[in-house]
Amino acid sequence: MAFTSWADFWQMGGYALFVWLSFGTTYALLLGLWWYSKRQHHSIQQQIRAKAAREQRVRQHQEREK
Amino acid sequence: MWGSMFRWLDPYAKPETLYHLCGRLLPYLMGLALFTLLLGNIWGLAFSPADYQQGDSYRIIYIHVPSAIWSMGAYSSMAIAAFIGLVWQIRVAQWAVLAIAPIGAVYTAIALITGAAWGKPMWGTWWVWDARLTSELVLLFLYLGVIALAGAFSEAARGIKVASLLAIVGVVNLPIIHFSVEWWNTLHQGATITKFAKPSIDPSMLWPLLISLLGFALLLAALTCLRLRSQILIFEQHRPWVRQLVDAKGDSSQKEQN
Repeated sequence: MAFTSWADFWQMGGYALFVWLSFGTTYALLLGLWWYSKRQHHSIQQQIRAKAAREQRVRQHQEREK
Repeated sequence: MWGSMFRWLDPYAKPETLYHLCGRLLPYLMGLALFTLLLGNIWGLAFSPADYQQGDSYRIIYIHVPSAIWSMGAYSSMAIAAFIGLVWQIRVAQWAVLAIAPIGAVYTAIALITGAAWGKPMWGTWWVWDARLTSELVLLFLYLGVIALAGAFSEAARGIKVASLLAIVGVVNLPIIHFSVEWWNTLHQGATITKFAKPSIDPSMLWPLLISLLGFALLLAALTCLRLRSQILIFEQHRPWVRQLVDAKGDSSQKEQN
């Protein structure tokens, strides 16, 4: 352990602003990218499902017209 | 010769196979990435000794160096995929370009931001137009250019082609970034670990750095898997296998990630 206490750890030898700014933005950006990609994957599936359902409805309608 | 050499790769060029392979790999890659990233970073943040010159500010190295190295690694992978996609018309390679570009852009942004936050206390300035910093900024613009071009055409295939061309041309920037600290007189320090000689860093600091490097690499692989699956679905959405897949997911009420 390089620090003697938690307070010591958070202070980072006087460089707290720079160290925590770096680690904070890094993890925020990485989490953001992961969350965005995950949500995108989900919404693509939903869009495809909606499209397929719509095509199904159109087909059924056309058959009834005949 | 080339044809037979890479024949074993053929099944993975089939979108459906690759989709399921990525899906199987994803949880392991993500778990390992999270574990190594946290291990390397916490070790570096709390357990490594302080630097004799830079004090505790040097701990930024545990994210700055891995993100910078893999911002270039991601670019190389993207450019190779672009080349394969253009020359051999392998569609999954073309889609990989779209999958990797945003990850590379985020890694590059992290390298630039952490570099600024490290430069302020050590150099006295957040930013300086020096060769290493400027060429890394150009890398960010290359990534953004690839993303923008890919979406700029009404015909998706055309957008990918133009974006792939830019990705390949942009490779000239990689040696410029790497050798910038040798070719020009710069504020940025020289290579510490990416050189053939013995690393100029103590093992107590090197180990957490290597583990963090592995963590960023695994995260790059995991995010690529996740994003490539999305691209495969977009471009294969009219195929029966995708229709069956999303139907099966919609029918079953269980929240299984597929």
